[in-house]
Amino acid sequence: MTTDTVRATSTHSPRSTVERTDTADGAGKVMSMKEAVAAFVHDGATVSLEGFTHLVPTAAGHEIIRQGRKDLTVVRMTADIVVDQMLAAGCVSRLVSSFVGNSSAGSLGELRRRIERADPAPLFFEEYSHYGMVCRYLAGSQRLPFYPLRSYGGSDLPSVNSDLRKVTSPYPGPGGEQEQIYVVPPVNPDVTIIHAQRADRRGNTQIWGLTGIQAEAVYAADKAIVVVEEVVGGEVVRSDPNRTLVPSHAVDAVVVCPRGAHPSFAQGYYDRDNAFYRAWSHISKDPERLRAWLDEWVYATADHAEYVDKLGEDFWAGLAVGEALSEPVNYGRRM
Amino acid sequence: MNAPQEKGREMTPTAPRTVTSSELLSVVASRELASRRTVFAGIGLPTLATELARLTVAPQIEVVYESGVCGAHPSHLPETIADAVLISGAEAVLSMPALFGCVLQGGHIDVGFLGAAQIDRWGNLNTSVIGDWESPTVRLPGSGGAVEVMANSHEVFVVMRRHDLRSFTGTLDFCTTPGPDRALAEGIRPLGAGVTRVITELGILARAGVGEELTLIAVHPGVTVEQVREATGWDLKVSDTVGTVAPPTGAELRLLREDVDPGRVYLR
Repeated sequence: MTTDTVRATSTHSPRSTVERTDTADGAGKVMSMKEAVAAFVHDGATVSLEGFTHLVPTAAGHEIIRQGRKDLTVVRMTADIVVDQMLAAGCVSRLVSSFVGNSSAGSLGELRRRIERADPAPLFFEEYSHYGMVCRYLAGSQRLPFYPLRSYGGSDLPSVNSDLRKVTSPYPGPGGEQEQIYVVPPVNPDVTIIHAQRADRRGNTQIWGLTGIQAEAVYAADKAIVVVEEVVGGEVVRSDPNRTLVPSHAVDAVVVCPRGAHPSFAQGYYDRDNAFYRAWSHISKDPERLRAWLDEWVYATADHAEYVDKLGEDFWAGLAVGEALSEPVNYGRRM
Repeated sequence: MNAPQEKGREMTPTAPRTVTSSELLSVVASRELASRRTVFAGIGLPTLATELARLTVAPQIEVVYESGVCGAHPSHLPETIADAVLISGAEAVLSMPALFGCVLQGGHIDVGFLGAAQIDRWGNLNTSVIGDWESPTVRLPGSGGAVEVMANSHEVFVVMRRHDLRSFTGTLDFCTTPGPDRALAEGIRPLGAGVTRVITELGILARAGVGEELTLIAVHPGVTVEQVREATGWDLKVSDTVGTVAPPTGAELRLLREDVDPGRVYLR
């Protein structure tokens, strides 16, 4: 099945004019981060970056900053460090999110300046709860007009977000009455970017550990970029098909970018850099210091490989993880 | 609810070291988890409370984390709800639609732990802004999953490090996470009871469910009812039989300090 047939029902956004060659070995999908961002992330676009604390697509955010994208609408459940960095670089005018904090390690300095003081520019913020965001992705991925959830009754959130609306169920409830329930609209990003442990060259993407909302975010989007720790042969993927979270038909670009989720983690590859999360509260508090950080670590590095080298092997040794292998399962074969 | 269980607790000598605020809140919260099975908890004091409860009053307890982890068996104390040590060796890891849709909205959570910048007399919570939402004095992180935890857990425990007029307010600056009374007023029938316990540095407030307001049921030793009233931004209802919280026992403190958080990650 091709991407086109899967997404033919989308009426939400015009398809990108970028052509790609979907060769049998998927060579047309494997590209550098620079090429993928240039091809699929455009000024003014709606960009979803997902990964719930695990597998945060940081390297993709940095490349968006290097290429100077403007006026983006960023959709991300947990807007954390990478969003603060994209805000500081002037890439983002609108944010759709359900948690705008630096994990449990403190504040996002740039985000707070933008929202509290419109400094240096206002930020249009659409505030949701986590399940509200999940339901937006569910509606978006299934091309539904809305998705109901048992949240928001009595909350002030609908008073500041007019997209949180109430409908009457067409069916009688347990007591016979037709109940009122809130709904959220679909989200259909122009492009969704996720980070994963591995994929084959055709884009069959395997994730283990926390899987979050990545699959739905990919299916909701017009285009999808999958950034991976490593590309593996198709036979590796096919040895364990249940581990494939996103099949190739939903993927437009495969970018190989080891350690591209730092300072978040990749289960089984490297651990979370908790010290950097704590440091970010201090770095981002001072706009000058934040600008110096971006200059040194993003603008002055040509790509993520340089960023990784600059951190040094001693640093990476500190985030190394040992083995905890799963027991293989037997898929069986016809005798 | 009016007869706090702390009253009849057998007193054993407390540990020689001074009991910190984190230790006190963790121990008191852990006792409240007796007989509870599934708990939705974040990282920090709720982690300490649930781990201590597992070793004391609730050996059957299962913690569900917002990241989707169920039945974690961490090798080290987790630093975040998504710490890799929670995943390795866990009994299950769920996607976000399964976690929020099936586990929470499906009604599988007995107790949800929440925190807040502000709480009011009905247990409604603000985690969005201090000041006006459009141009806030302080922009806070927002809901996360708190709206869903409140709407769908059978009951909610709130642990507040600070008990003062800024946090316990007559009127919230913004209601991020409504309790069931606000939901009902809007014609939405909530699943759970809302906040049933608020554990603070001054004592314990309790609330039975819909139509009830938070009531002071116990104070810590040395704290007076008047002190709690003065630190609360509304005319606080006080139980006729307000008790004194039994101080942490030597056994509780030993477990907390030596088994649950020996590195003092959260006990700082």
